[in-house]
Amino acid sequence: MEKVEILVVGCNPEILAVILRLINANEQWNATGAASYAETIDFLQSGTYSLLLLGAGLAEDEETGLRDFASANFPDLKIVDHFGGGSGLLFAEIYQALT
Amino acid sequence: MAQTVFHSAGTRGAASHGWLETFHTFSFAKYYNPERMNFGALRVLNDDDIAGGRGFGEHPHDNMEIITIPFEGALKHEDSMGNEAVVQAGEIQVMSAGTGIYHKEFNANPDQRVKLLQIWLFPNKRNVTPRYDQQAFDLDAHTNELVQILSPDENDAGVWIHQDAWFNLGKFDQEKEFSYQLKGKGNGVYVFVLKGTATAAGQDLQERDAVGVWDTESFNIKTAPGTQILLMEVPMSI
Repeated sequence: MEKVEILVVGCNPEILAVILRLINANEQWNATGAASYAETIDFLQSGTYSLLLLGAGLAEDEETGLRDFASANFPDLKIVDHFGGGSGLLFAEIYQALT
Repeated sequence: MAQTVFHSAGTRGAASHGWLETFHTFSFAKYYNPERMNFGALRVLNDDDIAGGRGFGEHPHDNMEIITIPFEGALKHEDSMGNEAVVQAGEIQVMSAGTGIYHKEFNANPDQRVKLLQIWLFPNKRNVTPRYDQQAFDLDAHTNELVQILSPDENDAGVWIHQDAWFNLGKFDQEKEFSYQLKGKGNGVYVFVLKGTATAAGQDLQERDAVGVWDTESFNIKTAPGTQILLMEVPMSI
C-alpha cells in the first residue's frame, strides 16, 4: 500500500525531529521535514505530497506565502496548521485532514 | 437562542497507562473521535490521575496555551526556559508554548497521587515568545461564588494567556442559582462539573459531565451543596 506523503514545516529542529519520528512510526505515513520557507518550496516542487503540516516558527508572511503557493500549484494538497509541537494532537490533525 | 452541547462523563475517551489514568474530553493521543475535536478554542481537556513519583518525561510543545490545575497532590515542573516549580492543589499553572519549549511534569510526591486537569487552548497568535507562570487561588475564602483564575489581561485576576478566554472556578456548600454573563462577543462557555451536581443552561450535570453553551449573552447555573464547577469561556471561532 502506498504511503501517505506528509511534508512537515517547522523551524525548531528538535521539535521537527520529534514530529517526524512520531509520524513515521505509523507505517502508512511517510514524513519529510522542511526547516524554512525556501526548503518547503523546494520539496513541494520536487516531490508529491498529500498533506502539508505547518508547524511553528515561520513568519506570518511566509505562512501566507506558502499557502498561496501551495493552493495555486497543488490544489489537491491539504494544508493543516499544526498546534502543540508533536503532541497528542498530531494524529488527530492528520486523521482529520485525510478523511 | 442559546445553543448547547452535552458531554456526559462516560463518553470521554479513557486511557490507562499504569502510572496514568486519564479521560480525554476531546480527541487526544490514541483517542480519536471526529465528533469530539474541540469546543471553540478549547482543544484539550484531560482529566489526569498520576501515580506517585511518575509523570510526563521531557517533551516539546509549540503554539498552544497549556493550563494545568491540580486538585489533589502536587506537580513538579521543569522547562527549557529554566523554570523549576512545584504546583500545588489550589494553584493554576500556565505555559504559552509559542515558538517552542521543552518541559517535564512529574508527581512531586512519591507516595501520593496527583489529580489534575490539563487544558489546552489554541492561541490567538502563533509563534509568540514562550512563557511560564503559576498563581494561587483561594476557593475557601470565596465559597458560593465564582473565582476568576484566568483571563487575557495580565492586570486582571488570575493568570493570563494569549487568548480571549476567561476561566472561573466555584465551590458551593449550599444550593445557589445565578446567571453567568459572557465577557466576549462570539464566545461560548464550557461548564465542567468537578464534584457534585449542577444544572447549566437547562442541562442537568453529574460529576465530570459537561455542557458547552454558545450563541447567548448569559445563561443560568444552579448548583447543589458540595458542588465544584469550572467554567471555561473561550472564543467559538478559531
